[in-house]
Amino acid sequence: MDFWSLIGIWVAAFLTLSIYSVLYRDNPFYRFAEHLFVGVSVGYGIVLSIYQGFIPLAWKPFAAAITGESMSGFIKLIPICIGLLFFARLSPRHTWLIRYPIAILIGFGSGIAIPKVLRANIFEQTHGTIAPFAEIAAGTLSGWDIFEAVLIVVGVICTLTYFFFAVEHRGPVKWLSKVGIAFLMIGFGSAFGNTVMGRVALLIQRVDFLLNDWIGAILTIF
Amino acid sequence: MVKTIQWMTICLVLCLSVGTVFSQGLAPPSNVTAVDTPNDDGSSITITWDAAAEGSGISGYQILRRIADGELEAVGDLLPAETAMYVDKAIEKGTAYVYIVRAVSETEATVDSEQTAPVEGKGEWFHTGKTPLFIAMLLFSAAIVWNIYSARSGKELFVRRIPGLEAVDEAIGRATEMGRSILYSTGLGGVSGVATIASMTILGQVARRTADYETALRVPCRDPIVLNVVREMVKTAYLEEGRPDAYNEDDIFFLTESQFAYAAGVEGMMLREKPAAIFLQGTFYAESLILAETGNSVGAIQIAGTDSEHQLPFFIAACDYTLIGEELYAASAYLSREPMLLGSLRGQDWGKLLIFAAIVLGVVLELSGVSWITTLLQRVS
Repeated sequence: MDFWSLIGIWVAAFLTLSIYSVLYRDNPFYRFAEHLFVGVSVGYGIVLSIYQGFIPLAWKPFAAAITGESMSGFIKLIPICIGLLFFARLSPRHTWLIRYPIAILIGFGSGIAIPKVLRANIFEQTHGTIAPFAEIAAGTLSGWDIFEAVLIVVGVICTLTYFFFAVEHRGPVKWLSKVGIAFLMIGFGSAFGNTVMGRVALLIQRVDFLLNDWIGAILTIF
Repeated sequence: MVKTIQWMTICLVLCLSVGTVFSQGLAPPSNVTAVDTPNDDGSSITITWDAAAEGSGISGYQILRRIADGELEAVGDLLPAETAMYVDKAIEKGTAYVYIVRAVSETEATVDSEQTAPVEGKGEWFHTGKTPLFIAMLLFSAAIVWNIYSARSGKELFVRRIPGLEAVDEAIGRATEMGRSILYSTGLGGVSGVATIASMTILGQVARRTADYETALRVPCRDPIVLNVVREMVKTAYLEEGRPDAYNEDDIFFLTESQFAYAAGVEGMMLREKPAAIFLQGTFYAESLILAETGNSVGAIQIAGTDSEHQLPFFIAACDYTLIGEELYAASAYLSREPMLLGSLRGQDWGKLLIFAAIVLGVVLELSGVSWITTLLQRVS
């Protein structure tokens, strides 16, 4: 193993242990690792924004338009100018100008997000809930599959009832929403277990690094 | 000289004969058409032809194209024999292309189709395939607008109790009594995220109360644009409450865009500042448990809310109150009781009622062998 790889392993091991030290309590090692992590990520993010955002999306097209290579770059002046309005925050007298890019961004974002949400979260889900009943009518589903299809419909209807806000949850609505909550909690429990297993795998990976790569490297010296 | 010419002629005739023998039975692709792909931004052309019949000897197709007066060039890889369509996505907008479909036999003999008429990619303003989605959105919007007008006309609109939101005042009051700050995280979502927008609206309501109680409100942001929106919303809330002097811009700050660096930073803030109340509202990913667990360990009252279904279990396990999914969207209406938001909430309920009806009706119709609801939903999807 070369010198720089060894240094890298020691730095990684030190930072891993520093971050884990917070499990005991807040301490200078954790603070150092935390500030280093935040600082490095911000620096990296800025460089990434310049090279993957500013230069290819704003500077190059604009420079091409100036030099006459491609006049379409002048169109980019519109978003560039809108983006520059964010800097209005630096001048107290012109801070109000920042509302324009914010309004455009939120309007644009909502316009893009809402149809996607409608399609993926509503129409596709509704279709998926109903579709198996065509197979039930055709007699191609097994008894267990029929049970699953019915269970899904009951679960969706009850859970949907829980999310009615303009109706007081009394009488049948109350009971339907209670069943809905039970479905939700079963789903959450399963997701919890699944994710915890994933996290344990990450912990094992880190412990493996400490035991094999780091301590293993120390042992090879002796 | 004459002999040489004779030999050359014989060779040429032989070559042609061999070529003819090998390409015998290899019919050129028929009905080849190239059209601008409908409902796209003009970045592709679709080429179609009649697929080869079984036993035709064709083992694949190669698409060839050229621009006016240009050389023929191959596009993409060799396509399987059963293919009857190819979408050329490597075109330049505004340039006309002509296409030839070359059939290739197993012995690598080839035969070309006739070339298509020139065609160029043009973008469409309206995606006709999304018309049902557009109509559904119009209906949904109409329901919301109708309810907003209804609410504005003074009609009392009922909203059921949401326990997590009733605890907001309790959490702010606790922080005020203890003289500690309130930590509010809008999560990792960008400004266009529905959950982030909902989170920022809730923050506006929380800020109104912190302005009244003069409680410090700390908001670490992950997105620079969200930071600016949040600053603007909190500042407006303080102004509307008549407390612009209590607004401290430095309390709303950019931390980092990196997911786990953000988690480490917020965790550090929790450990050092020990906020009395923590709001985790918005889009969260794997860092959710780190944040919720640390908040729990410092003894803060925690109100979480997200539509990220995989993170909800962690919030439910580690926080005092959790807004599940759409409760997060309903929160701003619930807290502010503004007619516009309440009307919007009722409009959403109408939308849910429509889904409810569609499911029940769809199930009944499917069992009766009628599948028009499923077909419609499939088209919308």
